[in-house]
Amino acid sequence: MPTGADGPEQVAISGDDDVVRVRQLVRTYAQQTKLSLVDQTKLVTAASELARNTLIYGGGGFARVEEVSDGRRSGVRASFHDEGPGIPDLTLALADGWSSGSGLGLGLSGAKRLVDQFDLDTEVGRGTVVTVVKWKR
Amino acid sequence: MTADAGHAQRLTELLRENAELLIDKWVGVVAAALRGRSARTELEADFREFYAALVPLVGHDGKNISGPEFTEIRSLLEEYSRSRVRAGFTPSETASSVFSLKEPVFELVENDASPEVFQQALAFSRLLDAFGLLTFESYSRAREDIIREQSEQLLELTTPVVKIWEGVLAVPLVGTLDSARTQVVMEKLLEMLVETGSEHAIIDITGVFAVDTQVAQHLLKTVVAARLMGAECIVSGIRPQIAQTIVALGIEFGDIVTKASLADALRHALRREGVEVVRREVV
Amino acid sequence: MERVPILKIGGVLLVSIQIDLQDQSVLALQEDLAEKISATGAHGVVIDISAVEIVDSFIGRMFATIASISRLFDADTVVVGMRPAVAITLVELGLTLGGVRTALNLERGMKILGELGRERRGAVTHFGEFPRDA
Repeated sequence: MPTGADGPEQVAISGDDDVVRVRQLVRTYAQQTKLSLVDQTKLVTAASELARNTLIYGGGGFARVEEVSDGRRSGVRASFHDEGPGIPDLTLALADGWSSGSGLGLGLSGAKRLVDQFDLDTEVGRGTVVTVVKWKR
Repeated sequence: MTADAGHAQRLTELLRENAELLIDKWVGVVAAALRGRSARTELEADFREFYAALVPLVGHDGKNISGPEFTEIRSLLEEYSRSRVRAGFTPSETASSVFSLKEPVFELVENDASPEVFQQALAFSRLLDAFGLLTFESYSRAREDIIREQSEQLLELTTPVVKIWEGVLAVPLVGTLDSARTQVVMEKLLEMLVETGSEHAIIDITGVFAVDTQVAQHLLKTVVAARLMGAECIVSGIRPQIAQTIVALGIEFGDIVTKASLADALRHALRREGVEVVRREVV
Repeated sequence: MERVPILKIGGVLLVSIQIDLQDQSVLALQEDLAEKISATGAHGVVIDISAVEIVDSFIGRMFATIASISRLFDADTVVVGMRPAVAITLVELGLTLGGVRTALNLERGMKILGELGRERRGAVTHFGEFPRDA
């Protein structure tokens, strides 16, 4: 749920329609930050993949979206949190074509190619946090 | 840190009582420095706004001007800096506009009997320093924006996407291709395909002398993206050196149609469009 | 969950996607379409995605699935109106549409289906005429 206009906004991911909600929220932020249309599309697509991962592999969780700046340029940061089983083999998970659920196995590796920064924090049995940033060109 | 509001009160009083005098002197100093390049009345209107926003801030010493109480003055100064960039003033001239308030304020407190007012004036001067630096930053940011806009416009100008036949677009690329430029051109090409409903696009690189891996990748991705949209790209005019680079880099051009010249590419596209070009006997 | 409507125009089924697709809607569309092709005997399916702002791997896979289903009923599938930003993103994502035919717009898509249909009928006619020629 939205936490306020200035701070990061949060959306729970517990069902199919929440993936759509995450896309819409990320798009709103990408437009506000004035990312180019192509960059908006890339970020929203990445968010869609990651939100679905949170739902399917993480058993649900939440997404957090915010505008960020590194002093020179602005961007949008989105993070996806779950308390699921975690990812035991990262190299394998990030390889193209790997998938432990439905999908084409492009989820993580594909999302990574669509953004400028990609961080993955996972612990077996504790859950996973994926954070991505797209900077304004 | 902020000085106690009670301590700053004397200076606030002085600034309020002498507002007209101070603004007049402030405008005078700046107008003189700018030697008539800015109308007195315009300066006065701007400075009056700054002054009104500044007086409630007396007591702050400028170490941190990011709080919400500084929002108004910040946006005023940022807007002022932007307009100065457009009007062709230097960053020093812009920052001096803020610093110039110091002189009349010091003149005013010099003769004041209250002992703490000098300290207050010093803190106020530090606050003005911070605001002056803020205009400096805003100025360079505005200038960077303008430069970026201009280089984007130049990019558009130097890389036209032209319709050379019903259903056939051409992009003659000339000069050095960098990754950013290639990306911009390719996005524009794909958009033009949709706008004009063209199913063929010729990317002519006769005028390109070097490509690196990234540029070649962008070209390739564009061809694949066009195909996803239902259009075909033909790459023409690959120079021998570039052909060698492509092979050496191990870039797979796969089933992409390549032609030696723009003319060959056009002939190919026309044939695909169902147009036959026939030479007629000229008498 | 919103359902995507399927229109029948002559021998062609037109699917115009105007909503932000959730995964359930994608699965429902695949089922609905299979039933509709089987019921109508349509020879072609056009999926118009000109209003679609993003295609992720799940939606992308739908196109290939629909094409495979249609093929089982001897129908062709054309995806039309993909936006440039979507196409660029799909390429970056590394997703191919598994040989699904694409066209710039609805008009071109219909034309392609017409040509494919003629080719197929042409083949049958030719086969039928074969003995007489021999």
